[in-house]
Formats: sequence, structure tokens, C-alpha cells
Amino acid sequence: MIRIDAKDMHYRALNERIRELVESGEAGVELDNVCGQKFIGDGLRARMRIVINGTPGNDLAIFMDGPEIVVHGNGQDGIGNTMNSGKVVVHGNAGDVIGYAMRGGKVFIKGDVGYRVGIHMKAYQDSVPAIVIGGAASDFLGEYMAGGVVVLLGLSGGKITGDYVGTGMHGGVIYVRGDVEDNYLGREVIKSEPDARDISIIGRLVGEYCAHFGKDFDEIMRKPFLKLSPRSHRPYGSLYTS
Amino acid sequence: MPSTVPPEFSVNIDEKKCARCKKCTIECGFGALAYSNEFDCILADDSKCVACLRCVAMCPRRAIRIERSPLTFKHNDNFTDEIRKNIYKQAETGGILLTAMGCDKPYPIIWDHLLIDACQVTNPSIDPLREPMELRTYLGKKPDRLEFDVDENGEIRLKTELAPNVRLDVPIIFGAMSYGAVSYNVQKSLMMAAMQNGTLMNTGEGGLHRDFYKYKDHVIVQCASGRFGVHAEYLNAGAVVEIKIGQGAKPGIGGHLPGEKIDAEVAKTRMIPVGTDALSPAPHHDIYSIEDLSQLIYALKEATEYKKPVSVKVAAVHNIAAICSGIVRAGADIVTIDGFRGGTGAAPRVIRDNVGIPIELALAAVDDRLRQEGIRNQASLVVGGGIRQSADVIKAIALGADAVMIGTAALVALGCRICQKCNTGNCSWGIATQKPHLVSRLDPEVGAQRLTNLLSAWSHEIQEVLGALGINSIESLRGNRERLRGIGLDEKTLEILGIKPAGR
Repeated sequence: MIRIDAKDMHYRALNERIRELVESGEAGVELDNVCGQKFIGDGLRARMRIVINGTPGNDLAIFMDGPEIVVHGNGQDGIGNTMNSGKVVVHGNAGDVIGYAMRGGKVFIKGDVGYRVGIHMKAYQDSVPAIVIGGAASDFLGEYMAGGVVVLLGLSGGKITGDYVGTGMHGGVIYVRGDVEDNYLGREVIKSEPDARDISIIGRLVGEYCAHFGKDFDEIMRKPFLKLSPRSHRPYGSLYTS
Repeated sequence: MPSTVPPEFSVNIDEKKCARCKKCTIECGFGALAYSNEFDCILADDSKCVACLRCVAMCPRRAIRIERSPLTFKHNDNFTDEIRKNIYKQAETGGILLTAMGCDKPYPIIWDHLLIDACQVTNPSIDPLREPMELRTYLGKKPDRLEFDVDENGEIRLKTELAPNVRLDVPIIFGAMSYGAVSYNVQKSLMMAAMQNGTLMNTGEGGLHRDFYKYKDHVIVQCASGRFGVHAEYLNAGAVVEIKIGQGAKPGIGGHLPGEKIDAEVAKTRMIPVGTDALSPAPHHDIYSIEDLSQLIYALKEATEYKKPVSVKVAAVHNIAAICSGIVRAGADIVTIDGFRGGTGAAPRVIRDNVGIPIELALAAVDDRLRQEGIRNQASLVVGGGIRQSADVIKAIALGADAVMIGTAALVALGCRICQKCNTGNCSWGIATQKPHLVSRLDPEVGAQRLTNLLSAWSHEIQEVLGALGINSIESLRGNRERLRGIGLDEKTLEILGIKPAGR
């Protein structure tokens, strides 16, 4: 695997270097001393593994289509923004708008995340994106969610979600380990108990989470999950007249 | 609740002329006409007629006449018929009034208060029939200055690195109309015409159908808040990438394509399930500041390897000059401004008719501000929202635009009668619909030819006017406000437009 020392490197130069590696058919790259460089993995269409040591900047894996990115450190805002396919694994916490309009692939965050995570997430045919959050999420989790899966594990203890969960949600599903009181939910969301199919989806994603972060699968799965899904695929269907 | 809203139009069929061929019953997309076996005649349901006039145009015997309904309310200048009808509709449904196309309220049209200069004795005019007239222009960032190197062979070479620019053979592009809002055949007509005429069409926010990737050099691909059909391949399948922030017909409002318009092909292109509402709210949830906008601009530049200009499209609103200054400073190569007369597939009527400002004022204010700040060269200005004829194009360029975009005018060229019912998806002309039997009414080859004819006609007219002005290139007209005079405009408006009154 090629190693690049990203210390003091501008993001443009760094990303250009990564694109060159993709073009030369390189299967992997490890980036050391990453400190705030934005757009790593932006629009990359490849089978490639990128290991990041440090803290990548905003919009990690934006428009990404295929690669796997592992971050040994925290992530910032916009991870997996409009991502088409691939995987991002963050061994730490992450910021806001994770997985904005993400349409395929997976994002695993070991710890907590910020606001508006999973906003506008979409699904189309076989492309079903997934975000697994080990800790807690802030307000507006799954806002305007139109497809895909969010799993929220709440392993960091304390309050598991912020306010307005699933506001405007019209597709997809959010699984929360534990309970969310009604007053934290958007009006468009209904609570239910996961069925066998749900449990198998949760099980697969939690299994992958545990494999990445070395957690105990059985212990995580011991606590019951709550399913949050939209009331309608057309929440505003009757709002208009003409 | 039974509706008490009286029909707006009355359908009259001349029974003596009518051949009972039933063509009109098929042509009406709104189901207003039906053949009655019992009476052997065509019966009309006036309440369903929207005056799209398809039946009138297609009746082989010219037997159909559509009229405004006779008096339905006592006349009142304050509570007009329309206002009363809207109140009845809302009292019946409790819904937001939805409408389509551009604002049709009688606000003053400033284009019609601008007059163009002509050369006579002191400067000669140019005969465009004999002299070359340059309509070509380039969109994108221009350098602050040009620096040159001389190599060992004495050859002079450009040292300045030029930003990516896109070439337009005519300064007119087709505005954003998404697949979903308009039909496949409309988009195909626009793409073919854009290719034939060396200009651009804009996909709108609905993604790009796979069949259309071959038109890539003539396509502006849009990235809106819903990110429908946006992926790396799509971003690289256009000549320009545009971030859609706002739209003239509905500033501050997002896109909302109702589930019934999301058929299998639209779903595939937008990459969402069939029948789901396509919600694209006004804010991009990764943009809450100019810095965030800059971040998305550069994310798009990274994704397209800095090979394409990035445009940011906003609606014309108060303080537009400062907004556009921020957009240019955020790194946009093109700023696209859509005035309040811009069209739409669907918008709340209250927004369309009351929010925003005319493009003429927005354009003049923005061009002026960017010049004052010394950054006018850093981005091209494209404007639209009420461009109806070549004279509007000329006046817009003289006020500072690099190019104009046309939406409604292009649809009219394709046959649209501006019945303003695009939101219903029943367009009898096969334009704003996804119903296969309606879509097939527009032949893309014929559509492209009609658009080409329109562009060609306007180009000739623009050349005629340039000749009359004594200039031979569109670039010499840009921002050339001395060639405009205002008539019937107040002093403040003249000041904002930066032009003198006629007679001075």
C-alpha cells in the first residue's frame, strides 16, 4: 500500500495525488498526518482502500462511488454527502449532515454524530444506503429521509437522539436501540416493534459494526430496538389545490 | 364538498360543422370532451377546460370555439373574479393554491420601457447581411490580466492559466426544466437543438436520462438540494455543473414533484422509487452560509477535476447584488439569476405572484456591483425569467448579461399555449406530462427544428440590431448601457438600471 504524508498538503494537491493513484490502478493508499483536508474521496469511482490517519476535513467521500475509506480519528461534517456506493468507517465521532442524500454504500461511525444525519437519504432498487452510529445523534436525525437504513446504537450512554427525529420522512427506516419518546419525533414518523426481517437487517449491520470496531455483538443485540418509519410516501400529497 | 367554483371557460362546438370524428375527445388531456352516443354529438364539461386550445388546433373542421365563460360574478375591481374563485377553492379544500408557468400579474415589464440606440450620420451602421457579426461568447471565469512568456525561439506564449470556459455560438441557452416536470421528448428536443446551435440546455434538478449522455457537451447538469440523480458520472456528463439555490418563480421554495409524476423512467433517472414524492426543499442542507456554498462549489470542482465551470443559480430577490457578490467570491464561474417572471412546473400561487423582483433590475444591480468591486470578470452572468423575444435578449446583454436563458419561450416554440396547468401533468401538447399517449404528441425531431428556427430567427434579429448599433460583436454590446434609454421610468429606476431617459 502506498503511503502519503499529508502534513501541510493542500487538499487539492492531495486529492489530485489520490486520483493519480486510482488511474494507475493502485488498490490502496494510506494517508498520514491528515489535518482538515476536505473532499478526500470526492467523486472517486474505483475499487480502492483509503486509510486516513488523522482528522479529514468536511465532505469526506462526497459523490464517492466505490472506494472504502477507514478513518483512524474523528470525522467532520458531510461524510458520505451524496455518496453513490462504497464504505466509510470512522473510529471516532463525526459531525453534521452525515450521509446527506446518500444513495448507496455504508457509513459506520464508532461514536456520536451531530445534526441532520441521514438527511434526504435515498434508495433506488438494489441501492440501499446504511448509516450505523455507535453513540448518540443530535437533532433532525433522518430529516426528509426518503430511503435507506439508519441504525442508532446509543452505546455512549445518556440521551440517544436529539429533537425532530424523522421530520418530513417519507421513506427508509431508522432503528434505535432503546426507546425514543414521542415528543422527540417528527409528525411524519410512526413507532413500531421490529419484525424478523428488521432484526435480520439490524443484525447484519451491527455485525459489521462490531467487526470494524471490535465490539461485542451479543451484548449490543441484547437490548431491544425500536423501529421508526414514515406514515406515508407522500406526506404533502394533500397540501395543495389547483 | 361539492365545488361551487364556476368554470372559467366555455367550450362551444358548432354541431353543423362537427363531423363527429371524436378527435377532440382524444386530444383533450384534461377529459373535458366526450362523445355522446345518445345524442350523437360531442358533449363538453366546461369545468375541466383549461383553454390549452389543443382541440381547437386539431379539429379538422374548425368546429370548436373556446370562450371565457359569461358573467359568473358581479363585477368588482377589488374582489376580482380570480380572487373570489381562489377563496372558494381554498374554502372547499383548505389547500395551498398551486399554479404553473411564470407570474402573469400586470407588474410593469421594464424591457418594454427600454429603447435601443441606432447609428446614423456620425457613426456608420453596419450591414449585417454583408459584414460578419459575431454572436459567439464564452461562459466562465476570465483572468484579471494576461501574462505572456517568450520562449527560446522567440515565440510568445500565454503564461496565465485560463479557467475552463464553455463556448456559446448564440448568447441564448435553454433554462432548467427537469425530466419529470417536462417530458422525455421535450428534453430530447432541447438537447438536439442545443447541439445543432452550439449552445446549452439545462437538465434541471431531475438527473440526466441515460439516453442523453451523448449530448454531454451541450448540457448543464444541476445539483439541487434533493440531489436527484446526482452522482459522479452525472456530474461529469455535462459541460457545466450548476448548483440550484433558487428559481425565479419560487424564491425560497424548493422543488416538489408529486408522486403521480414519478413513473418508471423518471424514477430511474432520479434514482428514487416509483410514486414517491420527489421533495427538494429550498435549503441545501449542507449550505447555511457563503462558506458552505464555497465548499459545495469546490466539492463539485474536485469531482469534475476543475475541468468545468461551476454555476450557481439564484432567484432575483432584494439585495441580489450583495448575494451575487458573495457567490462570485465563493468561487462560482457563472452566476445565473432568474427573475420573478421565470416559469415553473408547479409553485404556490402566493409565492409566484408576490415574491421576487424583475430580472431587469436584478441584472443591472448585480452587474454594477460586481464592476464596482472589480470582480465582474471572475464570473459570467446568465439571466432569465421573462425573456420573450430577441429584443429582450439584446437589452439584457446591454444591461450586463453574458447570455440569457429561455424556458417559457422555448416551450412556446414547442407548441405550449401557456394554459398554466403544467402542475396537473395532463398537458395536451405533450410538454409538461409523463403520460405516454400525450408525450408521443411531440416529435423530438420536429421540436428540435422549431427550436432551431427560433434561435436562428432571433440570431438574425440580434445581428440586425447590432448592425444598427454600429457594432459587430455581441461582446461589444455587453454592459453597453449607453446604448439604452428609458421611457416612462421614474428616476430611481433609471438610476438602478444605470441608463439615461430617452431624449438625453
